[in-house]
Amino acid sequence: MRMVHSPPQPIGGKILTRPFLVMSGLLAGALLLLVYRFIVGLGPVTGLSDGYPWGLWIAFDVVVGTALATGGYAVAILVYLLNNGKYHPLVRPALLTSALGYTLGAIGVIIDLGRYWNVPYLPIKFWEWNLNSVLLEVALCIMLYVAVLWIEVSPFLLQKWEKGGNERLARFSRAVLPPLKKAMPFIIALGLLLPTMHQSSLGSLMLLAGTKIHPLWYTPMLPALFLLSCIAMGYGVVVLEGMTSRTTFGRLRETPVQAGLTRAAMLVMGAYVVLRFGDVAFRGQLGLIAEITPMSALFWTEQALFVAALILLLRRREHYNRGHLFRAAGLMVLAGGLYRFSTFLIAFDPGPGWSYFPTIPEVLITVGLVSGEIMAYLVIIKKFPIIGGVKPAGWPSVVAPDARPAPARP
Amino acid sequence: MGLDRRTALKTLAAAGAAIAGAPGRAEAREPRRAPEDAVGLLYDATLCIGCKACVAACYEANFDEPPPGEMYYEAEDLSATCRNIIKEHVDGAAHSFMKMQCMHCVDPGCISACMLGALDKREYGIVTWDGDRCVGCRYCQVACPYNVPKFQWNDATPEIVKCELCSHRLAEGGIPACAEVCPREAVIYGRREELLAEAHRRLEADPERYEPKVFGETDGGGTQVLYLSAAGIPFTDLGLPELGDRSVAHTSETVQHTIYKGFVAPVVVYGVLGAVVWKTHRQHEVGEVEVEEEVHS
Repeated sequence: MRMVHSPPQPIGGKILTRPFLVMSGLLAGALLLLVYRFIVGLGPVTGLSDGYPWGLWIAFDVVVGTALATGGYAVAILVYLLNNGKYHPLVRPALLTSALGYTLGAIGVIIDLGRYWNVPYLPIKFWEWNLNSVLLEVALCIMLYVAVLWIEVSPFLLQKWEKGGNERLARFSRAVLPPLKKAMPFIIALGLLLPTMHQSSLGSLMLLAGTKIHPLWYTPMLPALFLLSCIAMGYGVVVLEGMTSRTTFGRLRETPVQAGLTRAAMLVMGAYVVLRFGDVAFRGQLGLIAEITPMSALFWTEQALFVAALILLLRRREHYNRGHLFRAAGLMVLAGGLYRFSTFLIAFDPGPGWSYFPTIPEVLITVGLVSGEIMAYLVIIKKFPIIGGVKPAGWPSVVAPDARPAPARP
Repeated sequence: MGLDRRTALKTLAAAGAAIAGAPGRAEAREPRRAPEDAVGLLYDATLCIGCKACVAACYEANFDEPPPGEMYYEAEDLSATCRNIIKEHVDGAAHSFMKMQCMHCVDPGCISACMLGALDKREYGIVTWDGDRCVGCRYCQVACPYNVPKFQWNDATPEIVKCELCSHRLAEGGIPACAEVCPREAVIYGRREELLAEAHRRLEADPERYEPKVFGETDGGGTQVLYLSAAGIPFTDLGLPELGDRSVAHTSETVQHTIYKGFVAPVVVYGVLGAVVWKTHRQHEVGEVEVEEEVHS
């Protein structure tokens, strides 16, 4: 089939929809709780303790959340590294979700830090850097990557302002865009390097936890498994995002492109499962997965999710079956997410006497922050040229009516 | 001419191979040794009568405010208001007390974890905390195999609290408060080397009395606080973990430095990525400007 790219355009439409208002309520609630958290400290708000110093905010908002936000990274690997322009329409929405997701992760860290006022010293006081600290590398890398992502996203916003009515913004955009364009390949290269570093190092973080991590999860292969799991999740999210935004906003499907993405994800997931079992066997822990225990059940659940996604996609023609693709993408996101969450929380056992379960305020803060992220996404795709489409040649372009240029007023 | 996928992959693979073969500056590091002037404690569980004088003395020496509550000395575990604790182990006829405070590891996980070196081995190998360098991330708590560092959860400006071997008293020529007040010399203070020799002397003099091992000599890479336990009461019963001879810091830093090669690897990879992206990006730019680009799928 001959396919045609339509250029990215603002989707348009009302901003203050009912779901949007509900989400702003959730965000407002979270902000109020956060004010309280900063007044009274972490103890009264969270379920954290000296045994479980890291909880939902780190395990979900940061470790799972940034992996959900690796769509930009996963797509960039295909487009720029493997030079496959077919996926180009996915770049903008994927980068935007990544920028928002990583920003959320960074906020998740800040609210979790006890002595956040010392954070500005992290990138500045290089003479105090502990170069053995895996967390230092993760922290600096993520800080830099958040900046890189917003720089990568900025042309999409600037391009609109360039032609917009505001003279100042237009002049600014015209001045900034050309040098930005020149620098972009090197920024994109950073955008490929940094996630490779910190997404693997997020796994290495748990190497220091030693005997506190269940032997099925504690392995020198943590960095490799974390890298593979985040790439699988990145592809999954891009497929899901493409499908839901098409359903929600009535735009055309990108199924052939997504089918290609899925094949890339299959390779990654296959590698993950082989490495996971190979590692358990190599370390002589096969006995642990043969027994029936809660932890072996967790291990098998994790593998079953990956394998189920793979099985769904085994037959090539299923790659064009929307329902199949959607379920497979959902499974890979769940599988990777479960693995990462388990490593940081469920497989983490500081010893007898300690337990952790997130409190309601802790959950509400996470829910509110995620709502804020979705709100920002909706506003940006409605107002700025992010989403384009691939459609069969000859099909009419589908853009919401109010996204078309308004008729000139008399 | 564009750069095709095959060439790009080949270049990357070649770069990867080059990095893997490159001599690493900071590869698999040697296990750390205790500093020459390392000091520590030796706790002999067979001598302790559980009077908790050390718990009280520790509090007085290290906290300004009065103890939180009358039952303070009955505290069950280390906390942000308790840097030294006496626990009781009862298992049928077997009975023992157990003193717990920072172990002042030879190769501490908390120090490997700490981003700006807030926790560091300072004078005499004592692990102390510097609040100006701490962001309150609590990675030290994750990394400590003994769950020693405590966090002030109910404070808007929290600190990390742990035993610092009364380094303020040492600076004035004193010794740690716990060792000073112990009526039975169940806990003694001294240079690590001498304490280790003393522990072995006791083991040899009365092998029937003790478990045949000095905990902390090599456990988790070694600690500056050493333990002797009564015969028949393994150290795990006293709440000390089985760690092996390697510190977690050693494992973690070996893996990480093997990957990063003293940061040479990321720089090389970045160079290759930059070159590849620069080439592909130019082709894509042409496509971006066109309103409708044809794609064959």
